[in-house]
Amino acid sequence: MSETFEDQTFDLAPLLEILEGYKDQKGAVIPILQRTQEVYGYLPKPILKEISKRMRIPLSRIQGVATFYAQFHLKRRGRHLIRVCDGTACHVKGAMKTVDVIHEQLETPPGGSSPDYKYTLEIVYCLGSCGLAPVVVVDEKVYGQTEPDKLVRQLKRLD
Amino acid sequence: MENVELQQDQVAIPTYTELPYYRKQVRIALRNCGIINPQRIEDYIARGGYLALAKALTEMTPDEVIGVMKESKLRGRGGAGFVTGIKWEFARRSPARPKYVICNADEGDPGAFMDRSILEGDPHSVIEGMAIAAYAIGSEEGYIYCRAEYPLAIAHLKTAIQQARDYGFLGKNILGSNFNFDLHIKEGAGAFVCGEETALMASIEGRRGEPRPRPPFPAVSGLWSKPSNVNNVKSYAMTPQIILNGAEWFASIGTENSPGTAIFALTGKINRTGLIEVPMGITLREIIYDIGGGIPGGKKFKAVQTGGPLGGCLPAEALDTPVDFDSLVQAGATMGSGGMIVVDEDTCMVEFAKYFLTFASAESCGKCVPCRIGGRRLLEVLTRISNGEGKPEDLDEIEYISRNMKEASLCALGQLTPGPVMASLRFFRSEYEAHIYDKKCPAKVCKGLITYRVIEENCTGCMVCKRNCPAGAISGEKREVHYIDPSICERCGICITVCKFDAILIE
Repeated sequence: MSETFEDQTFDLAPLLEILEGYKDQKGAVIPILQRTQEVYGYLPKPILKEISKRMRIPLSRIQGVATFYAQFHLKRRGRHLIRVCDGTACHVKGAMKTVDVIHEQLETPPGGSSPDYKYTLEIVYCLGSCGLAPVVVVDEKVYGQTEPDKLVRQLKRLD
Repeated sequence: MENVELQQDQVAIPTYTELPYYRKQVRIALRNCGIINPQRIEDYIARGGYLALAKALTEMTPDEVIGVMKESKLRGRGGAGFVTGIKWEFARRSPARPKYVICNADEGDPGAFMDRSILEGDPHSVIEGMAIAAYAIGSEEGYIYCRAEYPLAIAHLKTAIQQARDYGFLGKNILGSNFNFDLHIKEGAGAFVCGEETALMASIEGRRGEPRPRPPFPAVSGLWSKPSNVNNVKSYAMTPQIILNGAEWFASIGTENSPGTAIFALTGKINRTGLIEVPMGITLREIIYDIGGGIPGGKKFKAVQTGGPLGGCLPAEALDTPVDFDSLVQAGATMGSGGMIVVDEDTCMVEFAKYFLTFASAESCGKCVPCRIGGRRLLEVLTRISNGEGKPEDLDEIEYISRNMKEASLCALGQLTPGPVMASLRFFRSEYEAHIYDKKCPAKVCKGLITYRVIEENCTGCMVCKRNCPAGAISGEKREVHYIDPSICERCGICITVCKFDAILIE
């Protein structure tokens, strides 16, 4: 079984497996959405509809939860997620400069993706590594005491 | 430690407790952090772990446990400072069943990472504290609500919970006492407001994390409308030590009304950053200068922000304020969950307040009007001021909106959102006035009020700034003095960073 949306086709098998794993748990909507996003990269509409149908929870409520929490994404994202910390310590040490340089040089606006879906840029609040400020996390890798130009060079080297 | 300064009369290699950073610290909640391997329950047990749980289960009745907690006067380390023992007593007296014990590990304040450090470095202390709380209130099931941004904390908690089950500290018939208790981990999904206890419980239930009015308090009607006890990570981590060493021991540390220790994440413009645990009553000056080693680069101390985005800043005149729940509030800040951010003369207090406000207003859940609209309006006023478009009546406007938000918002997020603005306006009013009347940013930060200019005598015409300017605002040929066009300049400051000749200045 599969669904097509935004020129992408979704295999529903992993979703069904996730739903099965949380079958008898109370209050499982959030962990289900989290696992689903891990598999699909974001929360496409047909997938949310399927969750609603199978959990017998109105789509409006699922949508309500998905839009409430910052962690969930309803739009397709780039291959590499760049998270620039704008927590207090990083802010004071110039996090927004990094954002400006990435926007300019990689055509990736904050909160958006580059036209080729290579990068998605996010501004986040405090990653709890204030000692390393300013901090940027690219995918799972943490870059501490970053310098904007050096970082962009490293980003360009990614696949 | 990098910043060790050896005095002549000191022994050659001091123990770490003699270092300035540690000398004034008293570690209760952090006692094991960095000392034990957090993924080995044996390490925790070797340091006296689970002895408090054993003592509570075998030698004490639940009422006696609550009695010790009340006598110790431990106040909730989440920020509000409510007496933990009294909270437990309310939950114990609630007749409904089942009851839940919940750990609030949704540490969302920018600049705070003490909960994360405890969960990562000593997860068993939190588990033990929760088990003791469960025994005291009569609960058999607990939840740890941890933000998903802390994957290592979650991993260590999972390992620790499994080990505790294997050793019989969690599960059925714990230590042969007929007491049953088990724990689940719930991962947050990125909503600051979920640190508010009613929002946190809504989130555990799988709903939008929106707060609801209290009463009923969680002790009466909490998770799934059942009696629930919500405490912060630090409160639970301190619990085993209080049970083991007694209420008198705990009350002997700190001040009369705020006994015990406070944990701060010391960050910002300070020489030694990091987590510190200090006895309550220590002054801000001791923390910033003795422990933190003062301000780097010979700069001048300007303010210290405590209590995170919902706290407030204090000026140099308040440096001798003792740090405890009541004194900080009296001085104009809050204890909060323990962020402590030091800023120097290069920080603009209007921009600093705007930064916290941007954070807090974006995190408003939108349920109640004073918080949703008030935060937005307040931010508009501050943005106007920092852009140089401030009007004299804006200061009254700030006070008017702030007062209404404080009085009418549903939860602490809305009530405390104006806190940083109010505090900075109170202590740094002249900076606001400089922005409004003189159209000047004294710290030279606010983009709308500064211009970048090339110092002609210093410029060698090396073209580095021209090449690096993202806006293309710099003109000039090789070996000729460059010029920055203020109408194109984005005021990003890259030119200053790259210039090797100190040839660019902000006015």
